[in-house]
Amino acid sequence: MASRPAARWTPLLLHLLLAAATLVVVFPMLYAIQVSTLSFEDVFVFPPPLAPGPAFLENLGRAWEKVGLGRLLLNSGAIAVSVAAGKICLSVAAAFAFTYFRPFPGQTLGFVLILVTHMLPLPVRIVPTFQLMHDLGWVNSYQALTIPFFASATGTLLFRQFFLTIPPALADAARVDGAGPWRFLVRILLPLSVNNIAALFMVEFLYMWNEYLWPLIITTSDDMRVVQIGIKMLVATDAQAEWNIIMAGVVMAMVPPLLVLVVLQRSFVRSISLGHEK
Amino acid sequence: MEGRFPERGLPYLLLLPSIAVIALFLLYPSAEALRLSLYELSPFTGQGRFVGLANFREVLSSEIYRRSLGVSLVFALGVVVLGLSLSLGIAVLASLPLRGAGVYRTVLLWPYALSPAVAGTIWALLFDPSTGPATVLLRGVTGASPNWMMSGGYALAVTVVAAAWKILGFNIVFFLAGLQAVPRDLQEAARVDGAGAGAVFWRVTFPILSPITFFLFVMNSLYAFFEVFGLIDVMTQGGPGGATEILVYRLYQDAFIATRWGIASAQSILLFVMVGALTLLQFRLAGRRVVYG
Repeated sequence: MASRPAARWTPLLLHLLLAAATLVVVFPMLYAIQVSTLSFEDVFVFPPPLAPGPAFLENLGRAWEKVGLGRLLLNSGAIAVSVAAGKICLSVAAAFAFTYFRPFPGQTLGFVLILVTHMLPLPVRIVPTFQLMHDLGWVNSYQALTIPFFASATGTLLFRQFFLTIPPALADAARVDGAGPWRFLVRILLPLSVNNIAALFMVEFLYMWNEYLWPLIITTSDDMRVVQIGIKMLVATDAQAEWNIIMAGVVMAMVPPLLVLVVLQRSFVRSISLGHEK
Repeated sequence: MEGRFPERGLPYLLLLPSIAVIALFLLYPSAEALRLSLYELSPFTGQGRFVGLANFREVLSSEIYRRSLGVSLVFALGVVVLGLSLSLGIAVLASLPLRGAGVYRTVLLWPYALSPAVAGTIWALLFDPSTGPATVLLRGVTGASPNWMMSGGYALAVTVVAAAWKILGFNIVFFLAGLQAVPRDLQEAARVDGAGAGAVFWRVTFPILSPITFFLFVMNSLYAFFEVFGLIDVMTQGGPGGATEILVYRLYQDAFIATRWGIASAQSILLFVMVGALTLLQFRLAGRRVVYG
């Protein structure tokens, strides 16, 4: 019976521990937001003011005009949405080909080729890819920022895995009812895949929004830059780091992907646990 | 029947977009990198002279490249050890059947949304040499207040912390998914048999988690080698004195600042060898040693 009081206190203790760990993990983000609201003098006061300062809009305005933040955000949003959509379309099509047709010559080769993309990240082919863009006349274009990213091994595996869990009788029933493969894909398979589509959209949107090296190399004019490069420009332009202005830029660079994550988090987590169940 | 459509041409049509993108933008440039690595190239005329393995010899015997390789290995080791151990600890806490723990589980994923460049900028702020909270905390604990941008080892440590923090949320989500798969009755049984909490974790829970741990080990290694360019570029540009110059940063310097494309392509091929080794390791080990229920 001596353990009774301890048992009652344990949940509270664990809550405190967990809250402390969570706070440590999110503290850097909260601190960045806080600094983005301060005036320049307050940045160098320690301890920093705990209440949000009055200067967020002013800081944002300064960051906006310094690096043309509006255009950068637009570019980042456009390429992230395009790449996520492109990867979803191409990987759904590929997974459909692998699971819903009779075995065909070259099927294994195709599957291996798609898996191989995992072994060829940009740094292992960076110079020739740049040269190829040059030869195609794609340097400093939206094509260069999107199309080379359209293939997705992750997406193809995810959808293939999911399609394999769907009873084959469903496709047979659709066929008996006179539905062809396209109709089956659009009317039955896609609606069933909403959760996986949302999860993949989240992962690929974050991936592309956060891409740095390729946009750095392939864009040459300010109107084609992305927001990640804008952060670097904000950091680099100051002799004395104006952290309040830099953090206003950082907040703008982290809020859109954070919103996408918060909205689609549930789908993402669900698709992970599904993927590991089998 | 058996859930398969009879069309013969359609699957090829469906695969065509993926295969076309892969062939044109991944396979062709990779093969071309292999070819270029054997040439000495003039960036202005594009003229090349075949030099055999001379580029590889030059890269591998260069002090700068060897240092960069060492930095990359230490960096990756730091990110993997710090990232995996912290996230496993936090995930175990967050997986406990506590009322309201779902809130923590939601919030803990958030750093995953940030880019390495943004994470690096925030950590540069936290370690600001005069008023950064991390600097003030360190000063309070150790009495010393070195400027991390002036000291090589310190700079490397700060970039490792920033990079590990960014991947924390990703690791936690996967560990949580793995922990959900651990049968509760197995843990109960061990406890009834008199095993302490530590023994239950290391003898029952951790072995079941090992496939996920291994998957995360590979993912975190690939991340530390290939995806932190922006973080390094924003925080240190490889400095001070090359102390944080990871391999991809060195490659960028040789390819696009010095425009030594033969040398850069040789480095690309060496990086490919490392990716290949990690991938093979994953395939080799995926089957054995790792238990999965």
